[in-house]
Amino acid sequence: MEISWRDLLTVLHGMGFGALFMMAFSGAIGELYEAWSASPRTTLDPRGQKMLRLYLTGMVVIAWLTVLSGTYIIYPWYRALPPAGTTDLSAFPRSLLLSSPHTSGWHNVGMEWKENVAWMAPIVMTMVAYVYWKYGRGINKHPDMRRAVLVFTAVAFIATGIAGGFGVFLNKNAPVRGGATIQLMQGE
Amino acid sequence: MARARTSSTQVEPNGAGMAAILAAGIGCAALGIFDFLGDAFASVGRFFSFYAPVGTLSGVTDSAILVWLLSWFVLAKRWSGRNVVLGHCFLAFALLLVGVLFTFPPFIDLLQGK
Repeated sequence: MEISWRDLLTVLHGMGFGALFMMAFSGAIGELYEAWSASPRTTLDPRGQKMLRLYLTGMVVIAWLTVLSGTYIIYPWYRALPPAGTTDLSAFPRSLLLSSPHTSGWHNVGMEWKENVAWMAPIVMTMVAYVYWKYGRGINKHPDMRRAVLVFTAVAFIATGIAGGFGVFLNKNAPVRGGATIQLMQGE
Repeated sequence: MARARTSSTQVEPNGAGMAAILAAGIGCAALGIFDFLGDAFASVGRFFSFYAPVGTLSGVTDSAILVWLLSWFVLAKRWSGRNVVLGHCFLAFALLLVGVLFTFPPFIDLLQGK
């Protein structure tokens, strides 16, 4: 059982960071809504508030790691141009996708949207974490600001979903592969 | 731009939070607009190619982050310790929408008549 170095880093970007960040949204949106609702069922004690602050800070770190690894490690491999005369484009995902009208949309719409919209998530989540650190439960005194933060969080969630969803399909249609081979297990 | 100093010592003024929200909106809009400009004009695209292996995306995102952080710094400096009008929330939403629309390839293709 083998994977390539680029496979490993692509999985780290998509599953290690991206999917973890995506999953963390369900907790963040629920906790923020509950903590900031006008009549919360339970009141977060100081420890709970500290945990939520740390949770949001962790999300911010993961969000930045996701976009930075995607842009500066994976993307250069994805968009590398094949040498003239290359017929096997499997090592050049962008060129492979653009070589057929059946797959070009994955790049022209999927990657072109994903590579930019994904960057909104860390920007927005940094703001959300800052506002929670700054105001905590006190944001209930500013209901419009509370609503704005929740809407921004929802949009960041959607942006992450777009980036993650297209990421999966792009990697299915034109996987980023290459580099050293890593043997995970010896076959029979 | 209407704004007033807080009259209560118990309620944290909304200025710092609104500065962060509006700056996030500005950063997202900058991201979308820079992406559109880099796509529509080859010279802008070349300008934004700060790091060749990543191409235009490197300059688009780096510049948007710079705009976001600068706008946050300026707004926070102006609004911290104050209450600001909540209309800025709607401006922030509008800017966020601009960001989403201008990163959507079919929309920027439409604007370019492609």
